[in-house]
Amino acid sequence: MINKISKFINGLFSRIFGKKKNLKLGLYGPTNSGKSTLANRISKDWLGEEMSKASRVPHETREIIIKEKIEVKSKGKSLIFNLVDTPGIATKIDYEDFLRYNMTKKEAKQRAKEATKGVIESIKWLDSMDCVLVVLDSAQNPYSQVNITIIGNLAARNIPVLVVANKIDIKRANVKKVEDAFPQYDVVGISAEYGHNMEEFYNALFKVVK
Amino acid sequence: MITLQFVPYNELNRLTPLGRIKKILDIVKENKIVLVEGRLKPSEEAELIQRTMEEVNREFKGIELCTIYPENKNDDAINKLKATMIDLLIGNRRGLTVIGPATIVKEIKRDPNKIQLLTNNMKKRRRR
Repeated sequence: MINKISKFINGLFSRIFGKKKNLKLGLYGPTNSGKSTLANRISKDWLGEEMSKASRVPHETREIIIKEKIEVKSKGKSLIFNLVDTPGIATKIDYEDFLRYNMTKKEAKQRAKEATKGVIESIKWLDSMDCVLVVLDSAQNPYSQVNITIIGNLAARNIPVLVVANKIDIKRANVKKVEDAFPQYDVVGISAEYGHNMEEFYNALFKVVK
Repeated sequence: MITLQFVPYNELNRLTPLGRIKKILDIVKENKIVLVEGRLKPSEEAELIQRTMEEVNREFKGIELCTIYPENKNDDAINKLKATMIDLLIGNRRGLTVIGPATIVKEIKRDPNKIQLLTNNMKKRRRR
């Protein structure tokens, strides 16, 4: 009830004083769910250039990366936002896990150190987001605590959420399982890497933001 | 040997949010698995992850965390109201939070009504 009143008041204010400038659209999720790949896909689709470095090595993104003024157009409507790619959220980081990716011990330790800072930064930035895309690997179990903690925190802050079930190109991907895990949210299945279902993704984005 | 430590709701409830996080982390860093009566708030879960990341070092690799919460999607409005009233009267004691050190707990799987706790030792035993 309080949430509904708060949403109504926020909506009323935005209608009276116009749209908020510099809308921040955040990409959140666990590590290796494809946040940076999706950031690159969006940036490439609308600006013609990539914004982040995507990799199969966990914690590739260890700092917040922002691409400003991305204008997305769909069905005669337009939406301008600053896209914020965030480091993946994790509850544990072991430098030894990086050694299997041909890193030296020194490099692995440095990466682990930066990764811990990245997780802290991601969480700190939650408060400043206007809308969040929670990017999940649809081939993984959606009931992980990291997913639940992220979505729980966004709900507590009344931040609009679109759940993106990424990697639908993988054979064992299960978008239905993601939908069942988060029935109160809009879920859209995509493959950011191959650009599958991006039109539906942009339509869903408009629906959630506006 | 794995040690489980149960932390009752009342023991945490009298602490500040930061005090709660500190208490949990102190126990986890003693290589014990903590079973907390009730569920942490989402903001406390986020704070716990942040604090954990601040303390990651050579010995402490982080935590595995899982909350189990009795939530029936088919509950009608009356049952939901009942649950809310109980929470207001006696505090949010429903559910259970499991937190373990990552060096001992390899993974906690939830799917969605049961949890499986895989420990590093168990994995080694299986390999043998």
